[in-house]
Amino acid sequence: MAALLTVNNLNVVFSMRFGDLRAVNDVSFSLESGQRLGLVGESGAGKSVTGFSIINLISRPGRIASGSITFEGRELTTLSPEEMRKLRGDRISMIFQDPMMTLNPVLTLGAQMTETLLAHENITRRQAEERAVETLKKVYIPSPDRRLGQYPHELSGGMRQRIIIAIALLTNPSLIIADEPTTALDVTIQAEILDLLYELTVNERMGLILITHDLAVVSQVTERIAVMYGGRIVETGPTMAVIDNPSHPYTRGLIGALPESAGGQRRLNQIQGAMPSLYHMPSGCAFHPRCPLAMDVCAKETPKLCETGERGTLTACFKTAACEAASL
Amino acid sequence: MFAFLIRRLVQAVLVMLIISFIGFSLKHAFGDPVRDLVGVSVSKEERDKIAEKLGLHDPVMVQYVRFLKNALTGDLGYSYFFKKPALDVILSKAPATLELVFAASLIIVFLSIPAGVYAAIRPRSFLSRLIMGSSIVGVSIPVFFTAIMMIYIFSVELHWAPSFGRGELVTLFGFWPSGLVTLDGLEHLIMPSIALSSIMLPLFIRLIQAEMMEALQSEYVKFAFAKGLKTFRIYMVHAFKNTLLPVITVGGVQLGTMIAFTILTETVFNWQGMGAMFVEAVERGDTSLLVAYLVFVGMVFIVVNTCVDLVYGLVNPMVRVAGRK
Repeated sequence: MAALLTVNNLNVVFSMRFGDLRAVNDVSFSLESGQRLGLVGESGAGKSVTGFSIINLISRPGRIASGSITFEGRELTTLSPEEMRKLRGDRISMIFQDPMMTLNPVLTLGAQMTETLLAHENITRRQAEERAVETLKKVYIPSPDRRLGQYPHELSGGMRQRIIIAIALLTNPSLIIADEPTTALDVTIQAEILDLLYELTVNERMGLILITHDLAVVSQVTERIAVMYGGRIVETGPTMAVIDNPSHPYTRGLIGALPESAGGQRRLNQIQGAMPSLYHMPSGCAFHPRCPLAMDVCAKETPKLCETGERGTLTACFKTAACEAASL
Repeated sequence: MFAFLIRRLVQAVLVMLIISFIGFSLKHAFGDPVRDLVGVSVSKEERDKIAEKLGLHDPVMVQYVRFLKNALTGDLGYSYFFKKPALDVILSKAPATLELVFAASLIIVFLSIPAGVYAAIRPRSFLSRLIMGSSIVGVSIPVFFTAIMMIYIFSVELHWAPSFGRGELVTLFGFWPSGLVTLDGLEHLIMPSIALSSIMLPLFIRLIQAEMMEALQSEYVKFAFAKGLKTFRIYMVHAFKNTLLPVITVGGVQLGTMIAFTILTETVFNWQGMGAMFVEAVERGDTSLLVAYLVFVGMVFIVVNTCVDLVYGLVNPMVRVAGRK
């Protein structure tokens, strides 16, 4: 199958007064059309920055320093701002984290939906409104034709996230990037929204990049997973293979920390320490200060992704997979 | 919307009652209307007679109720200096002040919005730094200084603009002496209106810039970019409409303030409006006129603020729903 999106050796830096901070470090992954990929990691792992860099929406002073992003055969890193604008919201849509903040409080839902269509397609307002109502039906919004005149504050958080998903779907994009789409919602609504995302991306054969810190969310929706730590992908492969048989110590730690893994213990297992900040990134493998298996070499050299015993999965660890050191 | 109006009206009445009471207390405490009326050379018996006639010997509350009753019929007392009803004096001075405020508001609206929006969109550009820097300077220079410097430079040295008065006036609608319709009147309006706007303009530039910056940082603006909208639409529809809410609120208060406190500008430019009248009334100890002015200004504030709230409701959908219930 043809690759929908290929990210190669992506580096994103934030240029500060005292020098560059590297938020995304040598990240590569690819996605086939209709495939669903989960980007997993703690806060600060670089997963959101990776997602936003695809449509070149990294907040300042971040920028793509090097690497290539190919989407439907086009190189995205060299597109002009206008070409990028035409792509955004048309071929690649985004779903944001907090539905309470994502919609503009002073514009009607109708205005916020139709403006996307009007920005990308040569249609009348009337046609755009019809399309908006149709799309609202797809995301199971009750009495959709009444919604266009309403304002965001008249809807609940779950409903607003459905509207945002509808906005993302309006133009039939081939890729949706969802940045923590369920984090701000309560648990019962989370499940509904995930089901909806799953159903829609499967039915419409859309690619999905699901950015989340929640392994349970990833395992429900995605086929492939990439675990990020300190700006790098440390393990990637088919979702179930990685979750059933993790090889990187960080992934093992994450899965071990799930309440289900605690068995009858009173305390949950946790990974000691905290995610390093960009200002104090450890040398070598960024995970080594917290790693129970760390060796001397881990503090000096950074491991490259390499094959593990498990079919189709790659990991970056000297201990569990005997990877080579990265040349950087 | 109807319930909203009723609520505002009740509030307005309460505020007016409080203002009128303060005004009345002032009138009661200071000044001597009898002396204003007849001077010092009249005998004690004569004065007592006049005071009796004016009801000055009645209990305070009786006098207050009488004051209120009169105020309700539009009688805000009698200016003993101008020898005319106080309200007539105020109304005859109002057009001059209102035209001045109108011109200053135009300057503020048409300069602060583009300047503030630009400085928010391109905060690092040279022009933005210049705008923001000079706005700090602008806020810090007192109006009378700006006004005097302008007169010195543009009237005395360059002879570009007249330095005092309203110029040639034309009476509109039979009661409104206007300088807006003659070239001479407009020339006279230029410098006073710039002077009057010199404090508010930088204030509004800074307010709009700060609010717009905040809106541009918001998630909905980021989402608007992710939707692939044109940049112009994102700035003007998504960010600017949200910027307007606090600006309208502050603008309403400041508009009232401008109408009430044009004193400095009017004094320097010898502009015969309510500000100049106020100074005159203070100098002459014309308590009735001062109290009437206080009540009148209170009224103006309430009317302006109610209008602002209505406009706010049009822009902010959440207020509208609250009003509908």
